[in-house]
This record gives sequence, structure tokens and C-alpha cells, in this order.
Amino acid sequence: MNTCPEHIIDYMHDYLDGDISREHEQELKQHLHTCNDCKQLMQELSETIAFVKSASHITAPPSFEAAVMARLPKPKSRVGIQKWIRRHPFFVAAAVFCLFMSATLLGSFMDDQHFSVTKQPNLVVDGQTVIVPEGEVVKGDIVVKNGDLIVEGEVDGNVTVINGQYMASSAVVSGRIEEIDEVFEWLWYTIKNSVKTAMTFEEKEETK
Amino acid sequence: MDALVNKRIKQVLKGDQNAFADIVSLYQHKLYQVCYRMLGNKQESEDIAQEAFVRAYMNLHTFDQKRKFSTWLYRIATNLCIDRIRKKKPDYYLDAEVAGTEGLDMYSQIAADDQLPEEQLEQMELQDRIQYEIGRLPDKYRSVIVLKYIEELSLQEISEILDMPLGTVKTRIHRGREALRKQLNNL
Repeated sequence: MNTCPEHIIDYMHDYLDGDISREHEQELKQHLHTCNDCKQLMQELSETIAFVKSASHITAPPSFEAAVMARLPKPKSRVGIQKWIRRHPFFVAAAVFCLFMSATLLGSFMDDQHFSVTKQPNLVVDGQTVIVPEGEVVKGDIVVKNGDLIVEGEVDGNVTVINGQYMASSAVVSGRIEEIDEVFEWLWYTIKNSVKTAMTFEEKEETK
Repeated sequence: MDALVNKRIKQVLKGDQNAFADIVSLYQHKLYQVCYRMLGNKQESEDIAQEAFVRAYMNLHTFDQKRKFSTWLYRIATNLCIDRIRKKKPDYYLDAEVAGTEGLDMYSQIAADDQLPEEQLEQMELQDRIQYEIGRLPDKYRSVIVLKYIEELSLQEISEILDMPLGTVKTRIHRGREALRKQLNNL
């Protein structure tokens, strides 16, 4: 067999792979006719293949499918939440609305850090402090944001101080006095105010 | 079949875990068979084949549905089998004394492990003999021979499953055939 060309063995394998050109196949067949060693090798290889191919089919045990399903990780709760969302669209809409509302209100609270005061002719502004001077009467409501209010005279209306201090010695305030420091109080105030504006708006419409 | 499988895959991806049962049922025998021929042990093959399905389930979103699902599954399973074979190897040391024997180390076991005595081989049932001979092949030849002659897959598919060039697959099949022939001829 040592005298046989090496490529003959390659041709045998190509032949067994079913991947051989016609010329090579002719050459292989001619060679096998003349060479008994190669013929035997070819025979043995074919028998080897037949031997492996005679292996019987193996099937998985009957409990296999159930065992796989039991090993799968539990479905994520995400699916449950999605189902719940689909079932309660109104609730979700309301929740989203509340979320955005509070976000905007809180946002404006955070942004609104500059000093401001309602304009009345006889109010005295000294830095971040608003003073109602002694002997003066301020007409209308006073709102001070991010500043302090000192009342020494008289106020004919409501007083609101946001994020600041209200100080009075011998003050006369005809309306209510409100001091707002906390986020929630401020929120409550904003909501109350917007409702009030809406109501007065409606009232005006009606009186028209 | 591919259309059905892709439909089931979509259902699973949408969160319907039960749709995966159909996929398991379609491929369980194929995967179990590959694992059994690679590992030669029923319990281990069952464990690895199950693990392959679990991995497929977890990574289903990475499967490209334009490709053949069975190729992808085979790939997961053969990788797990090869890992398992490699991990098993250094489990014993040649110098270690064999449990329950006195003065017998692994060197004395190796010959027996490699080649059973002739009389014993002749008494073996054909099916056991086939499994025994496949099991004696080096694992790089074993995987290609199992995929080619037991699963009867094309060379192209085998090259995709094992992620190696077609030329390498051919060479390994040639050498695997040659090794098997020598094993059978040694009698």
C-alpha cells in the first residue's frame, strides 16, 4: 500500500462524503481494481460507517418534557403587571396624570426660589424683607415669596408668606395670615388657589 | 415545521411559557440522542439535554429566526457536552490510589479503560459495542462522527453547529473514520 499515491486515500474520504468530482471517482475506481490493499481499506471504511449507522435511535425518557418545563425560570412578574395595566386603563391614566401634575408643581416649587412680592404703593422693600411701615394702611392681599414680612402698620386683606418668616409687633391684619414653608403646604396652597381662581372665573362668567 | 417553530418562539417571547413545551416535545429526542452518544451515560445525558433546553429558553431572544432552530439547539447542546467531557477529564489523577483497592493506582486502570479484553468485546451486544467504540473516540472526532452518522446532518450544518470551517469538519470526519476503522480492526 505504501506505493499507492496518497491522494487516493483522500479520494476515498471524498467519495464517502459524497463530495467527489467525476474524474477523481474514475481514478479511484480504476485504482481499486488494480490494488487489493486499497480495496480492502475502502471496504473497511464503508463497514465502519455502516457499523456506526446501525446504532439504534435513542429516545428521551417520557418524563423529559415535564422535567424541562419544571426547570424553566418562573415567568417574570413584568407580564403580570402588563396584564393588570391592560385591565385597568382608567386607573393607569389617573395615576399618570397625578404623577405629571405633582412633578410640574414640585418643579415650579423648586424653580421658584427668587424673591417676589405683590405690588402695593406703600410697601417698603429692604433687600429680602418687606415692611409695612407704622401708621400706613396697605389695601389688598399681600403675598411674599422667598422673603420675610414685617408688619408694623395695618393690612386690609390676607397675608401669605411663602418660604419666609412673618413677623409682627402690633400689627392689625383684617384677613387671614398664612405662612408656608413645607412642600406639601405649598402644594396644597397652589391647588387651593387654582381651584379658587377657577371658581371666581366661573362666578364672573355667571354674573355676566 | 419551521413555520410552526417560529410561531411558538414568538409566543414564548411574548411571555407564554407553555408554548415552549411544544418546542421541547419536537426536539427532545434529537437532543437527548446527541448527548447520549457524546457522553454515554443516561443520567448525565438527560441532565445536559435538559440544561440545553433551559439555556435555549433563557437566550431565545438572541436567536435569529431566519436561521434554522435545530442548528442553534444542537450548538447549545454540543457545547454543553464538550464542556462536560472536558471537565470530567481532570477529575482523577493517575497517581491516586483507586478507592477500594490496595496499591492499585490509575495507571493500572487505564489499559482496561482504553480497550476491553477480546472475549468481553465479542460478548457485547451490538448496540453496546457501538456506544463503546464511539465513546473511545477522542472528543473532537466524536462530535463530528455523531452529528454526521447518527444525526445524519450535512457537513454544512455540522460546520455551523460546531462553529468551525467546512474544511476542518471534513478533516475531522476523515480522521474520525480512520480512527474508528483502526479501533474495529484491532480485534
